Amino acid sequence: MSSYEYWRSFAASWGTIYFAAIFFIALIYTMWPSKRKDFEEASHIPLIED
Amino acid sequence: MTHVKVLVRRGMHLGAAGQGQVRPDSAAQKFSAQQGKLMAQAAQSGKSMRIGEAGLLVVLSALALFSIFVASKAWTPVYAFHAWLFALGSIAAVVGIFKRYGARDAAWPVQEIDGRPNYNYGPIKFSAVIALFWGIAGFLVGLYIALELAFPALNFDLPWISFGRLRPLHTSAVIFAFGGNVLISTSMYVMQRTSRARLAGDLAPWFVVLGYNFFILIAGTGYLLGVTRAHEYAEPEWYAILWLVVVWVTYLLVYLFTLAKRTEPHIYVANWFYLAFIVTIAVLVLGNNTEIPISIFSPKSVIVWSGVQDAMVQWWYGHNAVGFFLTAGFLGIMYYFVPKRAERPVYSYRLSIVHFWALIFLYIWAGPHHLHYTALPDWAQTLGMTFSIMLWMPSWGGMINGLMTLSGAWDKLRTDPVLRMLVVSVAFYGMSTFEGPLMSVKAVNALSHYTDWGIGHVHSGSLGWVGFVSFGALYCLIPWVFNRKGLYSLKLVDWHFWLGTIGIVFYISAMWVAGIMQGLMWRAYTPQGFLEYSFVETTEAMHPMYVIRALGGGMFLLGALIMAFNIYKTIASPEASAVPTGRPALAPAE
Repeated sequence: MSSYEYWRSFAASWGTIYFAAIFFIALIYTMWPSKRKDFEEASHIPLIED
Repeated sequence: MTHVKVLVRRGMHLGAAGQGQVRPDSAAQKFSAQQGKLMAQAAQSGKSMRIGEAGLLVVLSALALFSIFVASKAWTPVYAFHAWLFALGSIAAVVGIFKRYGARDAAWPVQEIDGRPNYNYGPIKFSAVIALFWGIAGFLVGLYIALELAFPALNFDLPWISFGRLRPLHTSAVIFAFGGNVLISTSMYVMQRTSRARLAGDLAPWFVVLGYNFFILIAGTGYLLGVTRAHEYAEPEWYAILWLVVVWVTYLLVYLFTLAKRTEPHIYVANWFYLAFIVTIAVLVLGNNTEIPISIFSPKSVIVWSGVQDAMVQWWYGHNAVGFFLTAGFLGIMYYFVPKRAERPVYSYRLSIVHFWALIFLYIWAGPHHLHYTALPDWAQTLGMTFSIMLWMPSWGGMINGLMTLSGAWDKLRTDPVLRMLVVSVAFYGMSTFEGPLMSVKAVNALSHYTDWGIGHVHSGSLGWVGFVSFGALYCLIPWVFNRKGLYSLKLVDWHFWLGTIGIVFYISAMWVAGIMQGLMWRAYTPQGFLEYSFVETTEAMHPMYVIRALGGGMFLLGALIMAFNIYKTIASPEASAVPTGRPALAPAE
């Protein structure tokens, strides 16, 4: 197998898994139930006048 | 902070200017002395050069000398001209730093006044106003080349105004000069307000703003005079890019240092989008400009890879310029200015986080859809297409999030044309991000690629989404940073809105018809198996659509001119009309 073929299949398989894993971590963080209040407060940041 | 008999800030002073700020030094005297007297007084008050000022003076002086040296040995007159521009720009900056030093306080600008952050609006004002100037210049050039396409004689056989040179001038003026300045000004506003901290840096924000516009000047004059790398949206040559990289890294540092001193613990989502924009553009520009200059005295450089590798890198760059410059950056605007103007928090903060991560994970792979049916390996083309289709989800999630922010406040659309502009921009975002993935499907692309459908698609995104969200943001931002009650005239905003919207509709529908007709004519065969139409027959058939497109572009330009007048009057007249923040008189139930 040429190095091109090797790296192509490596990127296509492990790269996909790697990025998907990070994305799902981000998704779990976002949806974590106890975070609800924090995000609710964060959404008001532009509206708080100083 | 007891003391400091200070020389007053002049108009040029960059410290505390703008909304609701109190000058800490009421004892300050009006500046009227001559420069020499000023310096003497400065010495008396114990003022000394800051490290940043002295350092920048040394660096810019060295750059001026070096530029003059390069100019004297330059291989081409255009390159010598650019070297002189670098020299003059550096000298002007040196003079500017000295004058600012003479006028400024001895002490650092305070971080807070009466417990409120002492926001720095100077660089924001500059980039917001110059954005409008570049925008109008860019729209005007766009209109001219649209007319050249309809009436080719308009190039008068002059090389400088041929389509090939004006076209990159148009694209760069609207994307990088207009869009870039809008992004810089709004990001500097949002980063301060959502962090509740003063902009980091003393000269650095000004270096970013002025340095970026100097880059625009070098790039733009280069196109007219024939300096180009001939890579779409990446035309500037190596020396302009080197300068841009320095400016851009400073921009990133200003952003990061401002965030670092934030008093608001959470980093609001708009900052994430702005940061993704800044970081990714840095990576893209470095990746796509891996070039070796043939000499320091020549504007020409040679890319280290060629052929299909070059094409792949170019469109990895090109599509991510769309994804991170024209999308992520302007989504930062959406996530701040739409809630602010509607006076409601974003519909779902969680959705905005998912929007962010999904967008940046997917966009980066979509570039190969620009190279369907080329020498690019088939798997890469399929990858580009697949990721483009997946982009439907975050794009529409983001659009829904932006639109639903208005739930419960839809009535404001009736009374506030600025909010209407912002909301229509989000609708165009949804429309063009629906069209894009559709066009990336190979079978559709076989018809649409290289036709004017692509031009129509780009303009529904750039005029409708980027243009309108920028106009909306500037209509909000400029009264805020210039400390005006509101805009000079909301009626004129209404005119701008309708002229712009109808102009866009003319533009994109003309290009749909022209593009699909062109694609169908190219693929039409006679029963004998010959091509049915010659190329020139397709251009002849498209002529009416080209005229309609120019009309649409002209309306869009007219709207922008009305905006410029409105903004001028807003800044010039302190008593501008207040924005209708409250609700109008109750309407009868329907």
